[in-house]
Amino acid sequence: MTAETTELSLPSRIDTVATAASAVAEFLSRSGITEDAAFGIDMAVREAVTNAVLHGNRQDENKTVEVTLKSSPDAVEISVHDQGPGFNPEQVPDPTAAENILKASGRGIFFMRSFMDEVNWLIRPGGGTTVRMLKRR
Amino acid sequence: MAELNINERQAGDVTVLDMSGKITIGEGSVALRTAVRRLLEEGKKRILLNLAGVGYIDSSGIGELVSSYTAINKEGGQLKLLNLTQKLQDLLTITKLLTVFDVYESEPEALNSFK
Repeated sequence: MTAETTELSLPSRIDTVATAASAVAEFLSRSGITEDAAFGIDMAVREAVTNAVLHGNRQDENKTVEVTLKSSPDAVEISVHDQGPGFNPEQVPDPTAAENILKASGRGIFFMRSFMDEVNWLIRPGGGTTVRMLKRR
Repeated sequence: MAELNINERQAGDVTVLDMSGKITIGEGSVALRTAVRRLLEEGKKRILLNLAGVGYIDSSGIGELVSSYTAINKEGGQLKLLNLTQKLQDLLTITKLLTVFDVYESEPEALNSFK
């Protein structure tokens, strides 16, 4: 298993989610990841890119979403970078709490955390947020 | 081909929506929302979603299922789910929504439950 890195720069549109997902599917098929893990990674990437397009860049087409895919013998690491002001992930309400269970939104970060082994956010002082997600082999 | 195909049929006073494809952000979620809102406008408030052909759903799609459920309940109707794939069942389990939705594996059983 050799290391591989792929970088994508995508417009801040909803259809970018499908573009990113199909690039990730190709990347994962080369990386020898299991089908179950691939499902979860695909789900996490879709949610991360959705957040970057909607909440980070607010669908401003002058802003891009950068996706970096890295495969190593130990793990697959995916970073999604937007140009938004950032947020505090600790303040995102738990969508499984009784008071939130019937809300129509707010499950994206929950899925990212459910399907990946590590998820963390880097808020850049000059603007922009990167979410880094790791799935161990 | 559309991201989500929805076929409508009537079984007594229950409207069954046979769905196939993806319920994801954008087209798929909007198609589900549009179909459910239209049924409510037509006074069809007993709705069974047959999800056998839905191979993929994201948080937006799950949000749309929840919105449909609350919109139909608000109108005094009922929304039930039929034939969940294992993946969808897993997603509804971890989000604790399996405790909210009435879920069936057999259509006759699902139809009877509306009576």
